[in-house]
Amino acid sequence: MRYSGFRVIAEALTGHKGWKPVWRDPDPQPEYDYIIIGGGGHGLATAYYLAKEFGQARIAVLEKGYLGGGNVGRNTTIIRSNYLLDGNEPFYEFSLKLWEGLEQDFNYNAMVSQRGIINLIHTDAQRDAATRRGNAMIMHGADARLLSRDEVRQMYPWLNFDNARFPIKGALMQPRGGTVRDDAVAWGYARGADQRGVDLIQNCEVTGMRIENGRIKGVETTRGYIGAKKVGVAVAGSSSKVMAHAGMRLPIESHVLQAFVSEGLKPLIDGVMTFGAGHFYVSQSDKGGLVFGGDIDGYNSYAQRGNLPVIEDVAEGGMALMPAIGRVRLLRTWGGIMDMSMDGSPIIDKTHVEGLYFNGGWCYGGFKATPASGWAFAHLLAKDESHITAKAYRFDRFLKGLMIDEKGQGAQPNLH
Amino acid sequence: MTQSHRIDGGQIDRTKTLRFTFDGLPYLGHPGDTLASALLANGVRLMGRSFKYHRPRGPISAGSEEPNAIVELRSGGRQEPNTRATVAELYDGLTANSQNRWPSLRFDAMGINDKLSTFFAAGFYYKTFMWPKSFWEKLYEPIIRRAAGLGSVTREEDPDEYDKGFLHCDLLIIGAGPTGLMAALTAGRAGKRVILADEDFRMGGRLNAETFTIGNDQGANWAAASVAELSSMPNVRLMTRTTVVGAFDHGIYSAVERVSDHLPAPAAGKPRQVLWRIYAGRAILAGGATERPIAFENNDRPGIMMAGALRAYANRWGVKVGERVAVFTNNDDGLRTAKDLQSKGVDVVAVIDSREGGELLPGIRHLQGAEVIDSSGKLGLSSITVRQTNGRSETISVNVLGVSGGWNPNVNIHSHHRSRPVYDPNIAAFVPGKDGPPGLLVAGSAAGQMSTHAALRTGRDVAIAALELNSAPDLPQAEDAPIRISPLWYVHHGKGRAWVDQQNDVTVKDVKLAKQENFTSVEHMKRYTTLGMATDQGKTSNVIGLAIMAELTGRSIPETGTTIYRPPYTPVAMGALAGRSRGREFKPFRLTPSHHWAKEQGAIFVEVGNWLRTQWVPKAGETEWRQSVDREVLATRKSVGICDVTTLGKIDIQGTDAGAFLDKVYANTFSTLAVGKCRYGLMLREDGIVFDDGTTARMGENEYVMTTTTANAVIVFRHLEFCRQCLWPEMDVQLISTTEAWAQFSVAGPNARNLLRKIVDQDISDAAFPYMGAGNITVGGLRARLFRISFSGELAYEIAVPTRYGDALLREMLAKGAEFDPILYGTEALGVMRIEKGHVAGGELNGQSPALNMGLGKMVSKKKDSIGMVLSQREGLTIEAGYRLVGVKPVDPKGKLTAGSHFLEKGAAPVAANDGGWLTSKVYSPHLGCDIALGYLKGGDRKIGQKMRIVNLLAGLDTEVEIISPHMFDPEGERLRG
Amino acid sequence: MIIHHPILGPRDAQEFVYLGDASLIDRPDGMTAGVEVFHDYLYNRTNPAGEHQELWYHEQGDRSWLVVTRNTVTHEITKVELARDVARSRGRTK
Repeated sequence: MRYSGFRVIAEALTGHKGWKPVWRDPDPQPEYDYIIIGGGGHGLATAYYLAKEFGQARIAVLEKGYLGGGNVGRNTTIIRSNYLLDGNEPFYEFSLKLWEGLEQDFNYNAMVSQRGIINLIHTDAQRDAATRRGNAMIMHGADARLLSRDEVRQMYPWLNFDNARFPIKGALMQPRGGTVRDDAVAWGYARGADQRGVDLIQNCEVTGMRIENGRIKGVETTRGYIGAKKVGVAVAGSSSKVMAHAGMRLPIESHVLQAFVSEGLKPLIDGVMTFGAGHFYVSQSDKGGLVFGGDIDGYNSYAQRGNLPVIEDVAEGGMALMPAIGRVRLLRTWGGIMDMSMDGSPIIDKTHVEGLYFNGGWCYGGFKATPASGWAFAHLLAKDESHITAKAYRFDRFLKGLMIDEKGQGAQPNLH
Repeated sequence: MTQSHRIDGGQIDRTKTLRFTFDGLPYLGHPGDTLASALLANGVRLMGRSFKYHRPRGPISAGSEEPNAIVELRSGGRQEPNTRATVAELYDGLTANSQNRWPSLRFDAMGINDKLSTFFAAGFYYKTFMWPKSFWEKLYEPIIRRAAGLGSVTREEDPDEYDKGFLHCDLLIIGAGPTGLMAALTAGRAGKRVILADEDFRMGGRLNAETFTIGNDQGANWAAASVAELSSMPNVRLMTRTTVVGAFDHGIYSAVERVSDHLPAPAAGKPRQVLWRIYAGRAILAGGATERPIAFENNDRPGIMMAGALRAYANRWGVKVGERVAVFTNNDDGLRTAKDLQSKGVDVVAVIDSREGGELLPGIRHLQGAEVIDSSGKLGLSSITVRQTNGRSETISVNVLGVSGGWNPNVNIHSHHRSRPVYDPNIAAFVPGKDGPPGLLVAGSAAGQMSTHAALRTGRDVAIAALELNSAPDLPQAEDAPIRISPLWYVHHGKGRAWVDQQNDVTVKDVKLAKQENFTSVEHMKRYTTLGMATDQGKTSNVIGLAIMAELTGRSIPETGTTIYRPPYTPVAMGALAGRSRGREFKPFRLTPSHHWAKEQGAIFVEVGNWLRTQWVPKAGETEWRQSVDREVLATRKSVGICDVTTLGKIDIQGTDAGAFLDKVYANTFSTLAVGKCRYGLMLREDGIVFDDGTTARMGENEYVMTTTTANAVIVFRHLEFCRQCLWPEMDVQLISTTEAWAQFSVAGPNARNLLRKIVDQDISDAAFPYMGAGNITVGGLRARLFRISFSGELAYEIAVPTRYGDALLREMLAKGAEFDPILYGTEALGVMRIEKGHVAGGELNGQSPALNMGLGKMVSKKKDSIGMVLSQREGLTIEAGYRLVGVKPVDPKGKLTAGSHFLEKGAAPVAANDGGWLTSKVYSPHLGCDIALGYLKGGDRKIGQKMRIVNLLAGLDTEVEIISPHMFDPEGERLRG
Repeated sequence: MIIHHPILGPRDAQEFVYLGDASLIDRPDGMTAGVEVFHDYLYNRTNPAGEHQELWYHEQGDRSWLVVTRNTVTHEITKVELARDVARSRGRTK
């Protein structure tokens, strides 16, 4: 079933009787060519592109809970490709280009909205770093602008310009950055994958892997054994748990990142903004809520909830930047589990087990990466070689000293 | 202006009258009123518009669960969007305005959405607005964004202050209804430290809204007496207007006290609100229960309210919402409303009871087995349509309908650790499940114990269990009526829309559509329809929504499951969460010892972390910052300049293994350093990347003094303690940070020694105190430290005195050395001189660079084990043609450089494949008469002397440059040895 | 969270700085171990969902490094030790 404005009108006039289920609920088959573990954004995108772009079939996605129940439904919806390093920028720019055509591609309005992102600058050193980064972005084919203090003030005159502890000195802007309705991404990919014959199997948790002679044979699940020629794991947040079934220890820790939304408000902020002198970033959703976040709590956690100090820290950043929001109320907080990797960058790679592939380590950058991650992982699964934009995302980069450390924090996951 | 709907009784102070306005019209109320009760008393029940369809709405509740009656309170910088009229305490002069309507509340042009509602079914926007592609951002979304949101935000700074506080107790009791009061009495009488918190401004909970008796007294009187007893106990802290909003780990709760929201403005020196962090040994959730509606067609008109809310308005506030009332219920509690209103003289026209065989109240018409299937009335209810068992429909003229679909225990806080509530069919509601926050017990109706007696009993018993008390107080007599509920979630008759989530305009049809499209998981339903995501977090709607889904899918309610409430319990002002950390007080200021002097001189300061450092000190007549900085550089290189370097991290390292310890933590060797000497130290992270640098001096056989960069002072010390305690625990070495203990000044320039000779007590001739010398000295008898080290390339010393003498030392140096025209130079001049010398600092120490790239590769000793030594040898960190530190100057001295620019070969296109590296730091060198920079250039060590370009695509800069040695000034170092 | 410091008693976790898995105590000897051993030490983690021994530093306190045994699913803390004692018990010396 194809979605369109005409269809919406036609259905509205006939009592919405014609809408079909967005996906089936199939029982698992005994064997597939490809099993994708993880029905989040990355797993669903992988299945979608495997079927659509790489012509593969007999694909299943196994999801332990409900589709899109992981971080694709627990993030702050930002897309951007404002990365510094050669290992990252081509990949995220590829992702942004996929976002730009995504809705027409999978016929679902995920509300991709490129209203721009600005990273505020408060020191000369930050301006130098922003200059380096902005140039790197442009050299990789992305867009970047350096805004003066006055230009920022024109955009948001009500920011704290006159009484700030760390005055705003400008901003690095990526006009093509923006936001996307996060759940819709999962649903759009799920629907697209289902339409192409992918079995999306919910409430199916992987409890073990059958590996013989160094080769994957299939997976044990709460819904029985399922055989597979190739298994791709895309379960960021739970990567260590799942890969332990293959005896692997990963360069990853699981951490909780809290996110926040305010009550619905009339328009205040058009684009996305990050505070450069505290842990705070914000955008406003199409429903009117300020969607914002800050730093991870900082300790290993699988609890999907955080603690008070970070909530206060984020609010302090928000108030320091936007003194008018004192009476705006925080409506809801939630926590997502991040795969915090050892250099802050992801891994899309084969493993020592033949036929077992891994996608994870997204830190808190996973949402914006969803299309490219799915594409690159499908590429790896189908062709057994890395996609050109994901060649740096190898396990062995740590052994070789080829870290992709945007922040220069070293092997400490909670600092990335 | 008349309070037309005020009736007798209630807990309002009729001796005082308060004036207020709503949408500009003046009204009167009394102390004890909420905005909602006062508006209802004035006959106003239209208070808002819904989110999507802009339906006219009035309050449905008398509490914080309110989805409809939300208004903008106050004005100017205090404008407060989305405020629940049902909990906003009335004060004299209150101003409120309706929101999300244009041009007026009574006539809202956006009400057109309601007429077109069939086009706006759940999730319709996911299926359209995709063609043509560019229209989403240019046309559709801007329209949607303009229409979105409820209240509006001021652009002015919030003028009020907020505070934070910390409290500790044996027992935190959340909610001061009968359960909480009984628990508090039990624990308080046992001498335990108790905090009793309630979101209301009057304790007592439902007792204030009911006509129950406890013992021989009215329930409200028992509550007041209990509060009086508790307030006499020094071990009990009573906190009204205090909402416990979150349960965190290990017995930590957050609570917001609304100190001043019931006043026109906070009293002088008082905050508007306080965020309390409460550390509780145990806690009891006694948060009561929330009545839920029954969904039927057009169930959202002003005048259709919760049955219990009608009782509350009548009993507590002396308000009748309308003259002709009907009640629609599926349980016995709804009958109480009919009874209470009848006794207040209100005309109770009918009780529509969906059950058969329920109690019949005398003097009231009962329609049993019947359902309300529709309502009418333009801006408020005028009639309802009732369908009887025999299928006949009847229209009944009423302007108020009380609805009771049963009561949901307020499990919210128990779910804050993601514990899933479980369904209890006896009360047709969810009660707290397993694995709630450890130490949190639940009592009363929050635990599904619905009668007053059960509330008192469980309040007492749970307090005893929580604190392991030995004695139990007697319980007063109280009603113990059973619930007797027959679940009815929505009325199946009727073709129109029946609201589930009123604020977000989610109807039964939307839930059905979600089912039809296979969004059947409760989480999918919630996210697809937005049910439960409004400002009330679905307190009145979630359970109905999932029950409807259960019915549609043929699953049981337990199989269908429920979503989990997330913190906060009710929305919290950002100001309260931030407290005083805002504006200039966002972070503390660290001031250097020279700050006061510099301020007297009109110095310009710059934020360096939390430090404020002198950036430069303008002299009269200097209009451009460069004039000042150039002058400071030239004056220093010509004679002598002083720079406050107190911000550098300083660590005393002592013990018989101090030298061995330094050999572990530095890449180069320190155990061989002679006493009385300094050495430049290079510190790596374990991954082989440069962590920090600085000079470390050996002050005695077992005594070293380390300096770190300003930025890394804290993390280097932390790292050293890690090495000492975790890696080499048997080493005899002690560390202490002395960053705050010593004021330290760099004195640099050809006359540095001449100036210091006038200050220090010892001989500091080149022979007595050679280059890289260090020692304890005295300054006029005061203990001090002297290091002959140079960051500027000049003959230079760093002199340190105890911090409190820093200001005096500076003034002394300037005064006694006046003949040398000493100046104080700031961070800009410091930067110029270090870049002229090619010393690495912030831009180069970027956490991404190995020592090799800085030209310091040889400093990493392989003869000893040190942090980072092994992993620095990985192939990615030893790339032969990798980035190397170089100096850069424009071929044309007028050419401009900017830090962050990238290197390109001449003629190369600005694309990533041609990217040669970047400029890390740039200054103007008054000595070389041009911009100069340091940069990391691929293969840079082999490109000295070559011509390249640096480009800054953000600024349109493209400058031809010469690659030079990073040591751009006095490369032989003759000056610093002078 | 509250950490029961073995010397100072219960303290708010906000006083502490978190580092990570207490396996970081088990640093190989750089004179005998090579890149592969150091790579495994520095980069790979068990990252359990459950009991986890981890390093916390009492930065706004007595500057002790602690080994805290904490459940990463429930956040329950069952044991707190001085890291120095743990290091010694694991045979670390000079």
